[in-house]
Amino acid sequence: MAENKGVLVLCETKEGKLAAISAELLGGGRKLADDLGQELAAVLVGSGVAGLAQEAIACGADKVYVVDDPILKDYQTDAYLPVMEKVVGQAVPQVLIMGQTSIGRDLAPRLAFRLKTAASLGCLELAIDSASKKLLQTKPVYGGNAQAVFVTESFPQIATVRPKAMAPLAPDPSRKGEVIKVDAGIDASALKAKVLEKVPEEVAGIKLEDAEVVVSGGRGIGSTEGFAQLEELAKLLKGAVGATRPPCDNDWVPAGAQIGLTGKIISPDLYIAVALSGSSQHMSGCSSAKTIVAINKDPEANIFREARFGVVGDWKKIVPAFTEKLKELLAK
Amino acid sequence: MNMIVCIKQVIDPEAPPASFKIDPSGNKVVPPAGVSPVVDPYAEYAVEAALKIKDASGGKVTALSLGSNQLRDIVKKPLAMGADELILLEDEAFDDGDSWSTAYALAMAIKKIGEYDIVFCGREASDWNAGQVGSGLAEILGLPSVTLAEKIDITDGKAKVQRKTDEGYEVVEVSLPCLITASNEIGEPRYPTIKGIMGAKKKEPVVWKPADIGVEPAQIGAAGRRTKLQKLFQPVREGKCEVVEGEGPEEAAANLAVKLREVKVL
Repeated sequence: MAENKGVLVLCETKEGKLAAISAELLGGGRKLADDLGQELAAVLVGSGVAGLAQEAIACGADKVYVVDDPILKDYQTDAYLPVMEKVVGQAVPQVLIMGQTSIGRDLAPRLAFRLKTAASLGCLELAIDSASKKLLQTKPVYGGNAQAVFVTESFPQIATVRPKAMAPLAPDPSRKGEVIKVDAGIDASALKAKVLEKVPEEVAGIKLEDAEVVVSGGRGIGSTEGFAQLEELAKLLKGAVGATRPPCDNDWVPAGAQIGLTGKIISPDLYIAVALSGSSQHMSGCSSAKTIVAINKDPEANIFREARFGVVGDWKKIVPAFTEKLKELLAK
Repeated sequence: MNMIVCIKQVIDPEAPPASFKIDPSGNKVVPPAGVSPVVDPYAEYAVEAALKIKDASGGKVTALSLGSNQLRDIVKKPLAMGADELILLEDEAFDDGDSWSTAYALAMAIKKIGEYDIVFCGREASDWNAGQVGSGLAEILGLPSVTLAEKIDITDGKAKVQRKTDEGYEVVEVSLPCLITASNEIGEPRYPTIKGIMGAKKKEPVVWKPADIGVEPAQIGAAGRRTKLQKLFQPVREGKCEVVEGEGPEEAAANLAVKLREVKVL
């Protein structure tokens, strides 16, 4: 059997381009491969994806495995699983990285079990241990109350990485790499599941994941009307509105606004946290924001330990005054 | 419709963050004093998903839980919610497993149960947030799997599952038997009724030891792990918040706006 070598990144596509997460993973994967003194390979799986191989190379890959077949148009566990099993069999990597996305979360554990190895999901950081050369997989556990570093003794060492945890390289179109075509070899009649339809979430305004400013509210906001005030502030700052779990459970905001371990994970430039305590569960969705500003009536609230700036007091008085003053300052 | 739901007992994730402590020697979490453990909240969504199907088309729901020192009043909750049977894999040998050794033991127990149409798990558990046991079980049992289910309809011997995706959702049709992991969008787990609680009190769980499901202690729990926990730590908080003040909340608010402009955050 060939010796496991190199780092392999499963790339995802979005609207006919390499997905942002995949460029991030190639950036992070490049560093791991360099630390190991080995190659970085990418794998593209889908329909009509062959044209993206050069993009993956520009983002850091030395080699790209392409599995292009109409049957792979939509992600489907029992179609992608044998394909990845085949690619791993051919590439024999030491490390396999996927995004912590609806694909990676589904595929990584099942593939790990099939390959008789193990995976860590939702990692924040991956590093190569200088002594053992093993992959150190750091991820939040206990709802963000703690972090764990896992090591896998078997190969490939599989991990999924959260969006925005790794930095992409500036694409270099002049980089050269090798493209290897792999046959899907899927027997359509053997598939036990099929995707009937895909329905995108409707978002009014800017998407939370893309917003540079996010104004977020907690249980203390108390109502849909309360969130309308946060909306006004967000609009002024060309940002989006987020929330902790209780406002979503109470239907003050759509479920898609939830930020945290069980919701979205974002890293805006500015995160304005209003009337939310800053539970670990919530913070694990926004702690990588560049600047956190807290508005809370409880000076002991955990959010003040996370924030760079804060005001202690009733948000109902503070938010309107803050919005007014900003309007004035921004107009200047 | 025969359904099996995997649950577990965990440290209450809603316990105050300040009560969260790590044992410095053992890479383990110390259960907070005076805080009762609970059924993993993610698993409760899985119980709810199974009960919704039972409500709609009948069937039997068996809850399956693995661990040691499982408090009967806690792990009987699925029975109180409406499940029909509770099986406990209870032995210290099952403790401190990773996704692999846990899924392996659960799979052997499910093989022993024998008849099933759907196996349910939560999408992850609130303690280690591994998110792998469901998919792992499916792989060991050779079942098709659909993860992150928001809604499930059973028609013509197939399950139509609304699956949460990063962009919205997709509808996946899957043949039975299958494995489904439930996401929180499935809907709030029902509260046990008084009748349910009384009924659960009278039911005794079936307890299986490793030998009962034909597994060797070396394959399960800590001994059967494929991942090693190298380190467990609490991230350090920097705590350098600059609190902006003023005469009254409105002035403080205005000062905050000025400050954020000054430091060019806005």
